[in-house]
Parts: sequence; structure tokens; C-alpha cells
Amino acid sequence: MRAFELSILGICFFAALIAAGRAHDDVFAIHCLIAAAAAAFFFYRRMDASERIDYSATGYADGVVRAGVIATVFWGVIGFAAGVYIALQLAFPVLNLDLPWTTFGRLRPLHTSAVIFAFGGNALICTSFYVVQRTTGARLISNDAAWFVFWGYQLFIVLAATGYVLGGTQGREYAEPEWYVDLWLTVVWVVYLVVFGGTILRRKEPHIYVANWFYLSFILTIAMLHIVNNLTMPVSFLGSKSYSAFAGVQDALTQWWYGHNAVGFFLTAGFLGMMYYFVPKQAERPVYSYKLSIIHFWSLIFLYIWAGPHHLHYTALPDWAQTLGMVFSVMLWMPSWGGMINGLMTLSGAWDKIRTDPVIKTMVVAVGFYGMSTFEGPLMSIKDVNSLSHYTNWTIGHVHSGALGWVGMISFGAMYYLTPRLWGRERLYSLRLVNVHFWLATIGIVLYAASMWVSGITQGLMWREMSPFGVPVWSFADSVAAIFTYDLIRAAGGGMYLIGGIIMAYNLYRTVRGDVRAEAPMHGATSDAPSSVAAE
Amino acid sequence: MSWLKKHEKIERNFTLMAVLALLVVTVGGIVEIAPLFYLKNTIEKVKGVRPYSPLELLGRNIYIREGCYSCHSQMIRPMRDEVERYGHYSLAAESMYDHPFQWGSKRTGPDLARVGGLYADEWHRDHMRDPRSVVPESIMPAYPFLEKRELKYKDIAEHLKAQVRVGVPYTEEMIKLAVADLETQANPAEGDLAGLLKRYPKAQARVFDGKPGRITELDAMIAYLQVLGTMVDFKDYDAKKHLR
Repeated sequence: MRAFELSILGICFFAALIAAGRAHDDVFAIHCLIAAAAAAFFFYRRMDASERIDYSATGYADGVVRAGVIATVFWGVIGFAAGVYIALQLAFPVLNLDLPWTTFGRLRPLHTSAVIFAFGGNALICTSFYVVQRTTGARLISNDAAWFVFWGYQLFIVLAATGYVLGGTQGREYAEPEWYVDLWLTVVWVVYLVVFGGTILRRKEPHIYVANWFYLSFILTIAMLHIVNNLTMPVSFLGSKSYSAFAGVQDALTQWWYGHNAVGFFLTAGFLGMMYYFVPKQAERPVYSYKLSIIHFWSLIFLYIWAGPHHLHYTALPDWAQTLGMVFSVMLWMPSWGGMINGLMTLSGAWDKIRTDPVIKTMVVAVGFYGMSTFEGPLMSIKDVNSLSHYTNWTIGHVHSGALGWVGMISFGAMYYLTPRLWGRERLYSLRLVNVHFWLATIGIVLYAASMWVSGITQGLMWREMSPFGVPVWSFADSVAAIFTYDLIRAAGGGMYLIGGIIMAYNLYRTVRGDVRAEAPMHGATSDAPSSVAAE
Repeated sequence: MSWLKKHEKIERNFTLMAVLALLVVTVGGIVEIAPLFYLKNTIEKVKGVRPYSPLELLGRNIYIREGCYSCHSQMIRPMRDEVERYGHYSLAAESMYDHPFQWGSKRTGPDLARVGGLYADEWHRDHMRDPRSVVPESIMPAYPFLEKRELKYKDIAEHLKAQVRVGVPYTEEMIKLAVADLETQANPAEGDLAGLLKRYPKAQARVFDGKPGRITELDAMIAYLQVLGTMVDFKDYDAKKHLR
């Protein structure tokens, strides 16, 4: 078996080198070289380890989860930093540097993908591997396959990121990677599904725990969305360029069916899986309502898929599709808040912990932001509101209250929960630093969202203001100049969020090293030690 | 409650749960997207929309490569202010050959659906070299490298063939003459201009980047920007006929 795998990797290595030599463009050539390096790396790993045993004392495959925690924190900081940089580019265009590789147009997908797919994706993969083992009592079906998912996914991230900077893109938002990167992700994703689903099949508990329903629907739906939305026709099998299988209206709705459900299933369903495990764990309370979780799950996944057309209000998309999208988006408010209530009410009887435990505080605020952005979303999907908000910074603010507030904060909570447990440490290095991180992030989000509301509504109102003579009052350039100050506030908010992320990285690094900071306990706390450690 | 008991069956059966979840998430897409491919009124029939000429197509590829869609929409909504500012609202037919569509989602800069013919080539050259030299408030990145880079177009026929495979009606002749048509459009003094115009009606042919002799990425980019929104003649367009 080893010999077979090694020879496959060897063939991949040489095939990639040959393809690099015959490539039609630079992007493809560089990507072939990266693929060759990856093949060499896997070859070396296979040569080296006899049997890679990284089961922790608990008997679970935790090595890959540990790697996932490191990758999540690493890509998080990179993604936030890229965001702050491009936010500053919008205020100070000189930062585009007049170079092809550093313009906003190429760095913006780098930022969005780094945060959504690199930070969010790694958080989802590593927490799902952790949760599925803890809730089924079964070890991952294959340690090697799990590691393949981890490294395969990192390779996807590197190919995507280098592609954007070099100009290889499909030009579809949040689905920018070119055809061969998409194919690679498909392979990795199928293995991911096999590892996750296979582990559930081997469960020792008769019931499948609710967190796993959400992780499962996330994995399945993302597979469907990814494959359909990335149907393209390559110009050549030795070049990066491809043309979408669909055009115009059909392409637009396919893309936003994908785009909105990247939000719905990648950034929501998956992270709800995280919420349903880590909030009850950290609060040491059972999930508030079992019935509500059933209703939450099925109604959420059914309704979300319909909401895509609200990205295309008043466009050339037929009205019936727009209206359908709007109606379902408004309905979506209910399951979203059902989920929020289920998460928040899990703290019933444990609300005092908010005072003493900044980790649970982070999670609670995450669920709070989930509720806020899932109220704002349906509001913005109403056509009359959308006529003002569409194309403006309001949308950007909305996305960030979801991404920074919900996705970011719940992931931070999960990372703070996981790190001491995965590395067998008694507690985090410093709870006070968690608290600092919490406040930096929260205030950062508030600055970000508030400035984007004002800036977006300013844009929308300036664009639509007509003079008594029936002509627009403001030129477009006026509306650009008008939002300069808000752009600065936004960058400041993002900067605070970034600093918070760096503090988290430092805190977790010291935790892994086994250090404990000498500090006064949090206000009102009798002990800083997370008391659930013993229960593991 | 009996439905809770029934749900227990799903919770205890992984395959059942996976199949049901997949079924539930496919419904919305099938109901919303599939009809767009067969309902005839999805795309109105209008005169004038044609596939992009080879030079315009490569310009469009540069537009995509540079991520222009991050900041510029190509979709004018039918509100009064937008029609006043940008021109007639966008028709579905106008992007029927756009693989992929570039409607965009954000206006950090203005809509470009009808930017064609709005500014002179010289303006575009200055604007690409240094946007703030023509619009002081602009925050657009500068693209001085476009006019320095030679356009790679020797494989343009392969691009047209790929487009044919996804349904764009390029003819055998267009594919055969793709390189020649591209060179003619960027330098009409040498080449079969009449043939180009027959194959791509109303195509604008001139030295877009102001420097004859070599075809640069800036030539392609400006050729694309100048064709945007100019294909349909709205004097002939009867909006009432296309209400849907």
C-alpha cells in the first residue's frame, strides 16, 4: 500500500513538473510548481512515518485537530490583516502601489477567501473532527484521510491565494479559484465527507447529536453548491483560463444561489454546529430545547437555499424570482432567531458565568451578533430597503457584523475552549487577555458596522437625490469623497479586531507552551480553571 | 409528541438523515434556477447584441483578471436616478453572451454597463495610468502596467472555441480569422476592416492605446470598455413589449 501511494505521489510530482514546463500562462505554471512541491511534501511524509500515531490519551485522533487550531489562528490573522490593508487602500489609494499584484481588485478576493475559506474553513474542519469524535464516541475512521483533508485544504488555500495575486480568477465572488483548483477542492471535500460521515456511521451512541446534523448539512450542501457553480469550460488543459458554463441571467442566479448559501451553509450552518457543541460545553448546561433544534435545523436548511435572488433585486433577473427570494429571506428570520434563542437560552441558570468567564462571554456575543445580522439580512432583502442599500457600504457592514461578530467570535470561543484540552493544559495562559481580546473585537465590530451603516446610507441617499430639474444632485465622485472619514473609522475598527486576533494568537501560543500568566482572577471568579476539564 | 418520535428515526439513521438533508436543500435551487433556462421571457429578444470581438473578449478577460467587478457593477436598475445617471436600465439580453456575468454587487466606483462611448480613448488612457489625474476624488488603483504589457493573443481561437462549447454562437469563420480580426480592430489601417464589421457589426476599430505598432493590454481593455452597453440601439427598443 505504501509503495502504491509513493508511486502515485511520484507520478504526480513529475506530471506537475512537465505541466509546469508546458503551461500556457504564468498562473498555471506557478501552480504546477506548487503542486509539485506539495507532491514532494506528501512523498516525504509518507516515507518518513511508519505509522503516524497521534491519538491523545482519550483515544481520539486529535493531532489533526491540533493542526487545524494552529491553521485557523494563523489564517485568521492573515485574513484580518489583508482586510485592514485593503480597507486602508480605499482611503489612501496610493497603497495600491501601482503594481499588478497589490491592487484592491486582486487583494479583495484574497481577503474574503482568507477569512471565509482559510480561517472559517479550517475552524469548521477542525471543530467538526473534534466534535464528531466526542459526540459519537468513535475515533475518526482514518487518521491518514483526515490528515489528507487538512493538508489538501491548505494546498487549496495556497493555490487560491497565489492565483488571485497573480491574476488567475473566474470572476465569481467567493468562487474565484480557477477550474483545476475547484477540482482539487472537490477531491478534498469528498474525502472530508467520507471521514466525517464514516465516523458517524461508527458511532457508539444511537442518536446523532444535533451539532453533527449541522456539520453534515454544511458539508453536503457546500459540495452541491461548489460543483454546480463552478461548472466551467477551460480554454486549455494546460492553462488557467476558463469560461463559465452559464451566461448572463442564469449565471447571475447560479452564482448568488451559491454566494448566499456560502453564507447560509459555510458561515451559518457549519458554525451553528460549533455553537450547538461548544456553548453547552462551556456553559455546562444542556441545549435549551431539543424540539427547537429540530425545527431550527430543518427550516433553516430548507429556507436558506431560496434566498439567493435577494442579491439581484431590480436587476434583469425576472421579477418572480426576485420576489420569491425576498419572501423566503424574510421567512428565514424565524429559524435564524429560533437558533439564536436556542443558543442564548442554553445559558439559563448559568448567566453569572458571563461575569467570570470571558470565553463564554465571547460565545454569547457571537450568538447575539448572529441574531442581529440575521435580522438585518431579511430587512435588507426587502426590495424597497434593498433599492437603497444595494451596491453600497451598508452591505459590507452587514457582512462584517456576521463575519466578525458571529463567525469570528464563535470561532474564537471554540479555539479558547479547544487549546487547553488538546494540548493537555490545565487552563489558558491568561483569561485577562481573553477579556482584552473580547473588548477589542467587540468595539472593533461596533465601529466597523456603525461606520458602514452611515457610509452606506450616505452613498444610497446621495446617489438617488434628484434636483428640481430632474437630474442627479451629486456626481459619483462626490459620493466617494463623502465617505472618506467613515472609511478611516472602518479601518480603525478592523485594526482593533486584528490586534485582538494577534493577542489571541499570543495567548494560545503561550497556552500550548504550558505557561500560566500570574494575574488576578477575573472579577468575581473563585478560580480561573475551566472546571469542565475534569469532565473530559 | 408523535413527530418527535418520528424524528428519532432520522436521528438514528445517518443515511436517511443525509438523503433527507440533501433533498431539502435542493428544492429551492430547482424551483428558482431551472425555469430560467426554459422560460422564454427570461431573456427578451432585442436587436444588436452580438458575441464580443476577439479584442473585446480579451479586454473583458483583463477586466475579470484585475477584479474590476469588486468595485464596478454592470447592471443599471430601473430607478429614475440610475437611468438619469447611467442610461437605459440593463436588459437581460445585453449579458446573454457574458461567461461569466459581471453584474457586480458593489459600487465603490460607478456602474460601467453603459460606459462605452462616454469618454474618449485618451481619457481612458490617462485614467488607467493615473485615475486621479482625471478624477481628483477617485480612489481607483492605477494600472500603468497595462500599456506596457503586450497582449497575448496568439491562442485567441482557442478562447473562441471554448466559448462555442458553452453556447456562444461564434462561427467557423470567426474562429479561423480570430487573430486577423483582433489585429485589424487594434490597427485598422492594416487589415480587413469590412470583414471585421461584417462579423462583428458596429465594432469600433482604432489604435485604442494611441501607440500604433504593438497591441497592448490597454488596447484590449479600452476596446472592451468602449463597447459596453453600446450594442442595443434603444431607439428601436419597445419596453412595453417586454414587460414580464
